[in-house]
Amino acid sequence: MKRKLAVVLTAGLLALSGCAGGLPESGLGADQSQAGDFKYDTPEFFVASIGDRVLFTVDQSTLTTEGMSILDAQASWLLENGAFTALIEGHADEQGTREYNLALGARRASAVQSYLVSKGVADNRLSTVTYGKERPLEICSTEACWSKNRRSVTVVSAGRSS
Amino acid sequence: MRPLLKILTALALLIAGFPVYAQSTNGPLRIEITEGVIEPLPFAAPAFVAENAAARQLADELSQVVVSDLVGSAIFREIPRSAHISGISNFDAPVQFSDWKAINAQALVTGSVSVRADGQIAVKFRLFDVFAQSALGEGLQFVGTRENWRRMAHKVADSVYARLTGENGYFDSRVVFVAESGPKNLRLKRLAIMDYDGANVRNLTDDRSIVLAPRFSPDGTKVLYTSYETGLPRAFVLDLGTMRRKALDELPGMTFSPRFSPDGKSVVMSLSKGGNTDIYLVDVKSGQRTRLTSAPSIETAPSYSPDSRQIVFESDRAGSQQLYIMPATGGEARRISFGKGRYGTPVWSPRGDLVAFTKINKGRFHIGVMRLDGSEERLLTASFLDEGPTWSPNGRVLMFFRETRGANGAPSLYSVDISGRNLKQVPTPGFGSDPSWSGLLK
Repeated sequence: MKRKLAVVLTAGLLALSGCAGGLPESGLGADQSQAGDFKYDTPEFFVASIGDRVLFTVDQSTLTTEGMSILDAQASWLLENGAFTALIEGHADEQGTREYNLALGARRASAVQSYLVSKGVADNRLSTVTYGKERPLEICSTEACWSKNRRSVTVVSAGRSS
Repeated sequence: MRPLLKILTALALLIAGFPVYAQSTNGPLRIEITEGVIEPLPFAAPAFVAENAAARQLADELSQVVVSDLVGSAIFREIPRSAHISGISNFDAPVQFSDWKAINAQALVTGSVSVRADGQIAVKFRLFDVFAQSALGEGLQFVGTRENWRRMAHKVADSVYARLTGENGYFDSRVVFVAESGPKNLRLKRLAIMDYDGANVRNLTDDRSIVLAPRFSPDGTKVLYTSYETGLPRAFVLDLGTMRRKALDELPGMTFSPRFSPDGKSVVMSLSKGGNTDIYLVDVKSGQRTRLTSAPSIETAPSYSPDSRQIVFESDRAGSQQLYIMPATGGEARRISFGKGRYGTPVWSPRGDLVAFTKINKGRFHIGVMRLDGSEERLLTASFLDEGPTWSPNGRVLMFFRETRGANGAPSLYSVDISGRNLKQVPTPGFGSDPSWSGLLK
């Protein structure tokens, strides 16, 4: 209950700040069981059924096999839903310095972008942003959390040009 | 900032009719701080004399700030007022040296404060070598507005520091930093400015967008920082006089880690494009960019040498994050960090002889210093996360931030002498990170 409240607050604050940063987090955590209820051509479906994030190993931006299969699904969805554009966020865990993590996040976002482009998604539908270690998803200070924070998040939205 | 500077006419006036003392035959009282002070020099600072009733409270507060500055440096030790045999009730009366010698005060700081008819405050002070029974240097007077009374105290302390160490002080200075609030997964950040000791905190931005890593201009009138207000990280410059802010340039890309050149006319920063981060030079007036590095690796956190000829930065071109020095015009870089672990956030010392850095090794973070060739590496701190050193104006102290671990982990500002001694927290109202220390104020 407490957690849900925090999620709602988070979304509200982000909306206020006009910051696209953490919105998908709230979407995914909310309720996996509802995934089936979302229409295929909605960002909600993309988050719940395709998977909006890809995880990375420590200090790396190379895609894992698992990451590539998620991105394959993302690419298919994007190709079938041509009215959507995507902003790819790159994130890092807290175990690095601020500037380096910004650069690392940029690298991760770019790796995802390049992969999606290689699968046929038009370059001009994709843009990237790095958050470095500024927006952790999980807040504990162990590998269990860090592994989830080393991520890219593909945020799809209707008609927004990159 | 500018009105403050204008208002404070900290004139170093020679007070007329000042008694002249002979210098001690063994040379003036002096404490050497080259290797870090182990035994601080004992001094006494009786309450400053209030020259009129309006100055009474101020005289006391002002002398407390002087004492706090000197004691805080760990180079000096105060002999508490409770141990004093006599006080100073008349600033111009001859000093009873025997009373101060008896309590083993090697240095004596006396002062007087008056509130003038125009509301300005005048602070006089004298410094004495108790055992030589002589004055150390001339008496000084500082005049300023009431709101700047702490600056006058800092100037007194800086003068005492300079006369007893032979080096410039660092007390009359400010720090810009990121004031943080809120939970760890949704930190709200805003820029704030304060005196070096945490007093007079003032917010510089709201917390609607993420802001990072502010850096003072050399003259202290502007602050560079990174803001997400356009949705992407972007280098901004804020004028502290007008409080106007603008993006450093209009060209595309994510820009961050900006830092001024020593003449303040240009900025070095990082630009991320297509996943590759390189270092660029931006002319502040024209906004024109010049690329300084072109490698597929990460190049970031550039910092100029004080003579403007070289830039120290971090790069992972050799596989992991390490420190390099290149000519200020770009070109071949030499690696300077060779120890175990990763090195980042290099900052050239104001004296030009050292580079301060963050080191990450085996899951621990350290603040350290090394020579320009990487030799004599000294780690000054260790914790779960210590990051982002900034130099005191005189190059004797580093401020940085320390973040605690866990779900409730949060950052605070700390300072440590480059000897590794005198580690202490710098008070801020909430969480604090990314400090940048100004030069001595004018």
